[in-house]
Amino acid sequence: MNPKLTRRRFIKGVIASGAAATSTTIWYSANGQSRPAGAVERMIRININGQMRNVDVAPQETLASTLRYKLGLTGTKLGCNRGECGACTVLVNDVPSYACSVLTHSVKNMRVESVEGLEAANGDLHPVQQAFVDELSPQCGYCTPGQVMSAVGLLRSNPNPTREEARQGMAGNICRCGSYDSYLNGVMRAAQIG
Amino acid sequence: MAYMHIGKDFVPPDVPGKVTGRIKYAEDYARDGMVYARLLTSPVPHGRVVDIDASAALAMDGVFGILTADDVYPDGEPQSPGLKVLTNEPTLMGEPILAVAAIDEKTAEDAIAAISLTIERLPFVLDPLDSLQEGGENAYNGGNTFIFREGFAEEKWTADQVASFRSGSEPTAEALQSWEYGDLAAGFAAADFVHETTFSTAGYPHMSMEPRSAMAYWENGKCYLHGTSQSLSAIAEPMAAIVGVPLEDFVFINEATGGGFGQRARAGSIPSMAIPAKLSQKINRPVMMRVTREEEFTIGGARQGLQGWLKVGFKADGSMSAMDMYCISDNGGKGGGGDANSAAAGVSALYQTEAMRFRNTSIGTNTGHRGAQRGPGENQIMAVMAPIMDKAAESLGLDRLEIRKLNAAQNGDVSGPRSTPFTSAYMPEALEQGAAQFDWEGKKSRARQTNGSKVRGFGIGQGYHNAGRSGMDGIIRLMPSGRLQIHNGVGNLGTYSYASTSRAAAEVLKMEWENCDVVTGRTDRHLPITSPQDGSNSIFTNTRTCFGAAQDLLAKMKEIAAMDLGGDVADYDVDGVRVHQIADNTVGMTYAEVAQRGMELGGKFSGESDLPEELNTLTALSVSRLAGSALMGIYHDPRHSNNPPGFTVTFMEIELDKETGKFDILDLVTIAECGTVVHPQGLANQLRGGAVWGIGLSALERHLYDPQNGLPASSGFWQSKIPTYLDTPAEIGTGWVDLPDPENPVGARGIGEPSMGAVSAALNAAISDALGGHMFDAAPVTTDMIVNHIAGISEDATPLAQNNFRG
Repeated sequence: MNPKLTRRRFIKGVIASGAAATSTTIWYSANGQSRPAGAVERMIRININGQMRNVDVAPQETLASTLRYKLGLTGTKLGCNRGECGACTVLVNDVPSYACSVLTHSVKNMRVESVEGLEAANGDLHPVQQAFVDELSPQCGYCTPGQVMSAVGLLRSNPNPTREEARQGMAGNICRCGSYDSYLNGVMRAAQIG
Repeated sequence: MAYMHIGKDFVPPDVPGKVTGRIKYAEDYARDGMVYARLLTSPVPHGRVVDIDASAALAMDGVFGILTADDVYPDGEPQSPGLKVLTNEPTLMGEPILAVAAIDEKTAEDAIAAISLTIERLPFVLDPLDSLQEGGENAYNGGNTFIFREGFAEEKWTADQVASFRSGSEPTAEALQSWEYGDLAAGFAAADFVHETTFSTAGYPHMSMEPRSAMAYWENGKCYLHGTSQSLSAIAEPMAAIVGVPLEDFVFINEATGGGFGQRARAGSIPSMAIPAKLSQKINRPVMMRVTREEEFTIGGARQGLQGWLKVGFKADGSMSAMDMYCISDNGGKGGGGDANSAAAGVSALYQTEAMRFRNTSIGTNTGHRGAQRGPGENQIMAVMAPIMDKAAESLGLDRLEIRKLNAAQNGDVSGPRSTPFTSAYMPEALEQGAAQFDWEGKKSRARQTNGSKVRGFGIGQGYHNAGRSGMDGIIRLMPSGRLQIHNGVGNLGTYSYASTSRAAAEVLKMEWENCDVVTGRTDRHLPITSPQDGSNSIFTNTRTCFGAAQDLLAKMKEIAAMDLGGDVADYDVDGVRVHQIADNTVGMTYAEVAQRGMELGGKFSGESDLPEELNTLTALSVSRLAGSALMGIYHDPRHSNNPPGFTVTFMEIELDKETGKFDILDLVTIAECGTVVHPQGLANQLRGGAVWGIGLSALERHLYDPQNGLPASSGFWQSKIPTYLDTPAEIGTGWVDLPDPENPVGARGIGEPSMGAVSAALNAAISDALGGHMFDAAPVTTDMIVNHIAGISEDATPLAQNNFRG
């Protein structure tokens, strides 16, 4: 067994990782990333989907990694893990951001929203999500959470975009299935109903 | 015909999960005690592993084990060019050599860094023609090609033969593969316009959004594998064999797949999923293997590049009288693919060529793993052919639309070396519909009009793919609750055909869709063998199986009613809720009652006897496990006759800037000819998605390798440049002919592949048109090629170059 995995440290990980995490992600959380020499691993609080969450975050850890592997929010996808595809797009203070290219420590005083945070408490879909269903915007669906978050961010800053403005606003998200036209239909429908 | 479900939109059951992020892909699963695997991959494009010293790595804290090719293949690696699970004989840079499992990914990577790998560097080659030339290097250890049932072989041409081909002449060497039909010499003798040229089309990666990550664990002797595929059921049996576990002890779990495009249809194209399975077996822990974008580039597949020569003749009336085609196909490092053959067959089908000869030699290079990619062969060649069709029209004084209508496939036509008839064909109707929707007559006079540095170009493209299989199975169950469970093994990668084909069963039984469940997602839900969602096959193939299984169930429902309520089977009908007497519909049984009665009767009614003899192995296993659980409909689909085609037509207008070589697509209309439309929204998505892929093929996508070291130079989304929102039009017009095909019970055929080919063809034709008819004889036609042409610079520093810049 890894000598770093003490019972005390394991229990600390359980407390840190919150209710949504599975036991496996707890295991990962407690042992996930070794500390660089001289660095201090920190327990931080971040605002995820309106809830303050305590997380044990390594200095070099990306927001995508924290969301997926510490908090169990696997709706945020890793398509490239290097800032090319947008599948990991989340909102940071309402601004669409690539979670694979944001260090978690850099957002500890900010509002982070992932796709899991969009539905209303009664289960109603967000207007963008509903519009994407109505327009059958997704194909394989792997890029869809990122497309949803970019569309939500776009419509918050520009509630009534032209189709060209929507095209420009969504341009940071790649869809290999080529469903761009259907996503734009969804954005325009969401703008109408939103 | 008025249908209840066919031709109607619906919300596929997985769509809410996709917009909320709830649906899970392989990498989203976790398991108690799960550890993480990372790969050590080949640092050279061709080599032989001499020694692996992992002692330091295995001594590290948190490292649980290692898996090598010797573990996977204790009797030696298979001597074939296909992808291996792991290998000691890599033939492309980045090929997996071993995997290490550790407490987390970083520890696994640290362990890999501690492994001492001794590898013998072997000569490599990147261009098939360089390998063909005498003295050229061979990509494989046994030669530079692989001959079916014979093994590796070496194929060489003289330096003069290669040089002559590169300079534009017909290859003189005998090809390894050939077919022909008709009188070729007579066809050319009858031709009033003959065009002869060499051409090249680029290889490029599939680049599915979801890397092929996989997670596996073992429980009570069974292997549970979370993976990614284009078919749960078609993958299951061969993947169980690769893992080395009996089919009955193998569970494949795959709720959603983040793109496939041909390279996740067969277990042999995605053997890496066996790594976590075998590693998990070895270390007795669940193992997650997350595949990176760079690894996905390497083992995720690539389209075959073609280096070709063709000569085509047209009679004075515009009919294509003869076609002679010779290809060198790039088989890459793990190779294989039938693109050239499909390209030739596609020309025969689409243009109804009167006489034709096809020759091909496939040669390996130490580049990406090749295999089927959306419309393999047909879509590349249509991009090459479209400008030639325009040149023929211009030379013969014909309208560009008319020459296509003249050669278009119709009902009763045949194609290919065996003169196979189409099941149905309505290409003239598709051309007319597209022309009307696009307003071809109104717009075509704008061709080549200039506005400053910008010039208009128009293109018409056509696409084709053989789009239907048979011989698969169907299983449906009527439950005691009255609900219908439709078992479907088609992969779920975004066409929604797993659901739309299931609706054929609901159609037969007149059931509301809300009362039906599609059973899929994991093989222990007991799935039948169904066609993979590949080759545009699933709509044609699986509507047949679902329809057939429902017919079997319907017959059993009527038999039970007649048995219990009197009369003859022919006296009964169904209304979606009850099976009842036609003469007196108050006499009947509810679906729930008849299901319950079927279970009580047992035997053939509940799947315990009288099964179709031809059921495939997996289907038979599934039926045996479901027997007794419901009133069951079980069906083996017999082979169909003839060739069910998918056809498309695209009309496009572009504005090309001669200063930058860039263009904007001003209008794009694409029309499907795919029989009866099953799911309009799904069809529109396939047409739009295919359009985006077609733009990629003709303008953007190619992979590049460093000629000095064989390093891949384009392993990311941007370097290989898949189209983005800004590379594609903001709106894509769609339409469909919607005439039924007689070989399918609901009249449907597939469309996914040709939706791309027509657009790639139209774009190449439009670029050529904008440049006054100049033909690049290539795909893609990149901005640098356009600018070089305008500047009067030859774009072919190395003619017919593959896996490198063409210019």
